[in-house]
Amino acid sequence: MTESEGELQRTPLYDLHRESGAKFAPFAGYEMPVQYPTGILSEHHHTRSAAGLFDVSHMGQVTLTGADAAAGLEALMPIDVIDLAVGRQRYALFTNPRGGILDDLMVTNLGDRLFVVVNAACKSADIAHLQSSLPDDCALEVLVDRALLALQGPAAASVLGRLAPETATQAFMAAAEVEIEGVGCLVSRSGYSGEDGYEISIPAEASEAIARRLLAEDEVAPIGLGARDSLRLEAGLCLYGTDLDEDTTPVEAGLVWALSKARRADGARPGGYPGDEVILGQLADGAARRRVGLKPEGRAPVRGGAELVDDTGRPVGSVTSGGFGPTVGGPVAMGYVETAFAKEGTALNALVRGKAQAMQVTRLPFVKPNYYRG
Amino acid sequence: MSDVKFSEDHEWIRIEGDSGVVGLTNYAQEQLGDIVFVELPDVGKQLAKGDEAAVIESVKAASELYAIVGGEVTEVNESLSDDPAQVNSDPMGGGWFFKFKIGDASELDGLMDENAYKAFTASLE
Repeated sequence: MTESEGELQRTPLYDLHRESGAKFAPFAGYEMPVQYPTGILSEHHHTRSAAGLFDVSHMGQVTLTGADAAAGLEALMPIDVIDLAVGRQRYALFTNPRGGILDDLMVTNLGDRLFVVVNAACKSADIAHLQSSLPDDCALEVLVDRALLALQGPAAASVLGRLAPETATQAFMAAAEVEIEGVGCLVSRSGYSGEDGYEISIPAEASEAIARRLLAEDEVAPIGLGARDSLRLEAGLCLYGTDLDEDTTPVEAGLVWALSKARRADGARPGGYPGDEVILGQLADGAARRRVGLKPEGRAPVRGGAELVDDTGRPVGSVTSGGFGPTVGGPVAMGYVETAFAKEGTALNALVRGKAQAMQVTRLPFVKPNYYRG
Repeated sequence: MSDVKFSEDHEWIRIEGDSGVVGLTNYAQEQLGDIVFVELPDVGKQLAKGDEAAVIESVKAASELYAIVGGEVTEVNESLSDDPAQVNSDPMGGGWFFKFKIGDASELDGLMDENAYKAFTASLE
C-alpha cells in the first residue's frame, strides 16, 4: 500500500509536472500530480471538450513471453486470453479463490508477447502472483524503464494523428507498435476517462520529449489525478481499492460484461481460474449485492464510505466512490447495495454527517462514453 | 469602520460593531480548489468558539469551517447555494459565509491582522 513520504517514487515526468505548476500528493507510493494551476474542474472540462494528457507511469507494465503465456495467464482470470487476437487489448481481472478481485488490468496480445498493465498500488503483489503461478517456460519482464501516458478526449485522435497518422483509424481496444518522434512506442486506443483516446507506453528516456511535443498542440493540457478520478467516476469506471477489492466478485461489481463467454459455464473453456465456482454460481443465480450508480438529490456531494439506508433506516449498502461530477453539473456516486435495492429508480438515503440525504439508484455511466468504434 | 482579522485556520472575520462576518481566505480557497457546495448554519443558531459552523465541499474533499468566535448566527449568504464558486472567485467579498452577533469580544484576542496573516501564510510555503 502507500509507502511513507520519505520513500515516494517519482515518474520520469516529475520535472515536467513541477515545471507545469502541479500540486503533488502521494498516491500508491508515488509523488503524483493531483492538479495543475487551472484546477480540477477546468481540467475535467478540458478533457471532455478537447484533450488531456495524463501521466500514468506509476502503473505497472509487464510483458509475458513463451508458448504457454496465454494459457498461464488465463488460469488466473475469468477472461479469454488464448483467443485474444494479435493487436487487441482486453480488460481483465485477477481473482482469488473466493472469487474476489485481486486487481483489474489490461492485457494486450502483441503477437510475440503479452503486454499487461496493472494498477500501481497492486503491482508488486500482481508480479509476485504472476511469478508464483505462471508456468516455468513463461518469462515475465517488468518494464521498469517505461513511462505510460494517456491522451484522452475528443481531440486526442486528431492530435496523435499529426504525430503518427496510423493511430487516427486505430479501433477502440486495438494496440500497435508505432513510431512517435522517431521513438518506438506502444499505442492502444483505450483509457479510463470515458472519452476517446490512447494509452502510450514510451521508453522512459524519451517520455518527456514526447509529452512536451503533445502538450505543444493547442488542444492538449496536462491533467492530474484529481480530474482523472472525476472523469472515471462519471464514466462509471471502478477504481481498484475503492470500488473493487479482494472481497468483491466481478458479478457483484457489475463487471459481467468483462467475463469472457469462453470461460463461462457453457463456454469452450469454462472455469479453471481462482474462484471459478463462486463466480460461475453467481453468474447463474445472481449475487447478494450489486454495484449501482447513485444520484444524490440536491447539490451536496456524497463521498465514499457513506452508509446507505432504506426508508425504514435499515442499512442496505454503502457508497464506495462519490463526488462532484463536473460534466453532470452535480453530485454523482456509486456504491454497493443489497440486490433487492439495485433496481434503477430505487430511492435510498445516504447518511452524511449524521443527516439523511436522498439518493436514487441510477444507470451507469453518468456520461455517455465517446469511444471510437471505427 | 470595519476591521478584518484572520485565524490560523485560514478564516477571516470582518468586525462591524457588535457583529462579525466570516469567510475563507484566499489562501484557503487556493488550497481547497474548486468549491462545489457549502452547507451553512441555520439563522438563529448559537455557535460556541470552535464549533463546526459550515461544511465546504471542494471537488477534492469535504472540510469544515469552525467558529473562530462564538455568537448567534443572524444572516447567511444564501447565494452560495446556487453559486458556491464565489468562495473561489471572491473569497473576501461575495464568498462570505455568514454574519453573527459576537458573543464574547475577548475571543477576538489573538487573531491576526492582515500583515501578520500574510507572514503566517508565507511561512507555510
